[in-house]
Amino acid sequence: MDEAFDYDVALVGAGVSGCSIAYELACCDLRVVVLDREDDVCCGTSRANSAIVHAGFDAATGSLMARLNVEGSRLMGPLCEELGVDYQRIGSLVVCTDAAARGGLDELLRRGRQNGVESLRVVEREELRELEPNVSDAAVAALWAPTAAIVNPFQLTVALAETAAVNGVEFRFNAPVSDVARLGSGWRVTTDSGSLSARVVVNAAGVHADELHNLVCRPDERLEITPRRGQYYVLDTTAGAHVRHTVFALPTRLGKGVLVTPTTGGNLLVGPTAEDIGDKEGTDTTSDGLAEVARKASMTVRDVPLGERIRTFSGLRAHQPGHDFVIGEVAGAAGFIDCAAIESPGLSAAPAIGRMVAGLVAERLGVAPTRALARRPEPIVDVTRLSREDWDALIARRAEYGHVVCRCRTVTEGQIVDAIHRPIPARSVDAVKRRVEAGMGRCQGGFCTPLVMALLARELGVDEARLTKDGPGSELVTGRVREFEGGAGR
Amino acid sequence: MTDYDVVVVGGGPAGLAAALSARRSGAGRVLVVERDCELGGILNQCVHNGFGLITFHEELTGPEYAARFEDAAQEAGVEFLLDATVLDVAADRSVTFVSARRGVRCVRAGAVVLAMGCRERPAGALALPGFRPAGVYTAGCAQRLANREGLLVGREVVILGSGDIGLIMARRLTLEGAHVACVAELMPYSSGLKRNVVQCLDDFGIPLLLSHTVTRVDGRRRVEAVEVSRVDEAGVPIPGTGQTYPCDTLLLSVGLLPENELSRSAGVALSPVTRGPIVDDSLMTSVPGVFACGNVLHVHDLVDYVSQEAERAGASAAAFAASGGSSAGMRLSVRAEGGVRYTVPQVIDVSRMPERLEVRLRVDGVYEHRVLVAHLGGRCVARRRRDILVPGEMEQIVLRREDLAGASPSDSLVICLEEA
Repeated sequence: MDEAFDYDVALVGAGVSGCSIAYELACCDLRVVVLDREDDVCCGTSRANSAIVHAGFDAATGSLMARLNVEGSRLMGPLCEELGVDYQRIGSLVVCTDAAARGGLDELLRRGRQNGVESLRVVEREELRELEPNVSDAAVAALWAPTAAIVNPFQLTVALAETAAVNGVEFRFNAPVSDVARLGSGWRVTTDSGSLSARVVVNAAGVHADELHNLVCRPDERLEITPRRGQYYVLDTTAGAHVRHTVFALPTRLGKGVLVTPTTGGNLLVGPTAEDIGDKEGTDTTSDGLAEVARKASMTVRDVPLGERIRTFSGLRAHQPGHDFVIGEVAGAAGFIDCAAIESPGLSAAPAIGRMVAGLVAERLGVAPTRALARRPEPIVDVTRLSREDWDALIARRAEYGHVVCRCRTVTEGQIVDAIHRPIPARSVDAVKRRVEAGMGRCQGGFCTPLVMALLARELGVDEARLTKDGPGSELVTGRVREFEGGAGR
Repeated sequence: MTDYDVVVVGGGPAGLAAALSARRSGAGRVLVVERDCELGGILNQCVHNGFGLITFHEELTGPEYAARFEDAAQEAGVEFLLDATVLDVAADRSVTFVSARRGVRCVRAGAVVLAMGCRERPAGALALPGFRPAGVYTAGCAQRLANREGLLVGREVVILGSGDIGLIMARRLTLEGAHVACVAELMPYSSGLKRNVVQCLDDFGIPLLLSHTVTRVDGRRRVEAVEVSRVDEAGVPIPGTGQTYPCDTLLLSVGLLPENELSRSAGVALSPVTRGPIVDDSLMTSVPGVFACGNVLHVHDLVDYVSQEAERAGASAAAFAASGGSSAGMRLSVRAEGGVRYTVPQVIDVSRMPERLEVRLRVDGVYEHRVLVAHLGGRCVARRRRDILVPGEMEQIVLRREDLAGASPSDSLVICLEEA
């Protein structure tokens, strides 16, 4: 390799696409650095989406989206197994509630088969009721896709990143890229915390990918990404079994519906809206948007218990007018590879995106991705998945696995301490939450936030008063109460 | 064979009083399982005074109040297991817990008292529009950070909801030098105690904005401002009434929810109104030998009432453990009607009830000059004049056994409000 450059590859964006690429590149003998503007992996689109693996019948046949979705859907199960990531192949239903629109199901079926989706078929009213007892009374038929699945996107992104990290990929956080400029045969990448040189740049910057692309592209080949906001409700686990499958609505004369799906954590997720907004940081929710989701939920599923909600959120899809993924080397910018406009089904496609982009990088650098991953980090233990005997035995060895910190999700001190000392360490309350789900339950951290803060302070050796919710600027407290000022506190 | 006569789940005020009472009522081995590293529950973070006026006729702080019960329970020979989380309560009264020192263990109890308390309704449950930055806390979480961890959550504060903890925190943060801009309350009345409104808001010049709510949270990383709007009679924000308050913190005191996940898994029937177990006059749930008291049963506003209620649950549990729960008397159901939102208990065993039974209840709105009435069949069996009744203050009415003696199984006892 060319030692004149700091790195062979500078990968911008530590979302699920970027981390999947990093994971694949870890198999090559390359010096790779991943840069992200945030304090952790999985802080943009990857953390706020439907957490589902689409079967692949939606995207236009022949599109990159269709190909990578179907391939990603095939790869996802085995990958999650390998990484110890929560994944359940529960299947999806596209429910038709308007007999006049039924032809839409046949069209999806045809397209799905053309795209290579397996086991698709249309189920009629009675079979549909059996499959999904709480389906709306108005449902006439549905497209049944048994290969669709749900996945934990936080775990997936973290596990991909950590596996890459233990195999030599470097991660730099709080490093927003402000400039990319030609440097000899490679690139100089400037971030807020210094600059570096690399032979290849991979642009997996999510909603910001157009900004990087436009720094290096020809004037007539500019990319424009519009953040398309989606708002959601998360319902308590008491509502998690309300549906058994991911339930989509077939668009009707009344418009596009929302999905209702269980999550791997046992919650029920309802949403999203689809609003094109101008603000790339606009992850706020609105009363109109949430009201729209509430109204549409009942189109396909009856009695959705929205009263059991514990959280609302919104995420941004990186939409571009051509509505397809933009993957490939930018014309006239050799060594600058886009992985842009990864909107839905980007999570589903992530394993395939990783392979494709890593392949392009390897090709550009003339290396072969042959090296097997030397090391794999052990997944964090989930005590709720252990038998009582195994949990007891674990506590006998490691007592901190007997101290429950998050009561709603039953997360122990041992798991949180592990999360803090991982290859990609959790340094904030939300980073802990992404890894072990402490604070993700029905009390939303009301009880465990102070306890998690105390563990972060203890393990990282930092002052509790300086801890953040999710990176710089999100400081949790403003200082100490008077009795504690100047003192050591706890 | 049982390991304990009575196992109490939770070592807060309810659990402590129940355990003490169980011992004093003759239970041999009584165990309290507490997840925190100390007993007392939420009282440990309630450093203000005002506790114990009814029980001890003096004003104590939360930790002082807890210590009295803790000491008495220790003295009475109650056993405690700290840092231990109960994972499961089964209908056969076996209790499974986990702790760092003991691992995962299961104990069998003659009777179980559920005393897990409640949790605060979080921001997510309100579907507050806007961002989800740092600086949004439930009032109790902010209280814990201040009073147990010594951390101040913010300096410029808006509080949504006028629950008692929110009111107490308005004063607490003010005393710490923070500025509390206002307390917004969705309802046209405060949901907290009158005395807290006076002592925590009025005395500090903090405005209480009734019929107002937060309609937007701004700030991507840390709260930068919140918008407060007036609401109409249906509680819906009125467009154009929004006022923006620049601030770094939003505290929520918007309701407490009994924590009945363990109860549910034990098969205990819950009331959709209280969100707590449905209990009879002995505070026994629908599962024989499983009793409930304190905020897990229904949310209280005064700890003294929690202690009283828990005392009854503890005594009942001890009696059940001793006798195996022999009772199949005439059970009368209690119906809350006309202005009364719920009652506890919801069922009365007439043959076994005490001479005087205090039925606790809450009303569903603000009422002036009413009579709280209990009807059995067509007959009035109790009445109590009240000048003012508000949802934030628990009420009670006393029923006498002799008055219910003639009840027939087809009768139901109706408790309601009537014009004075």
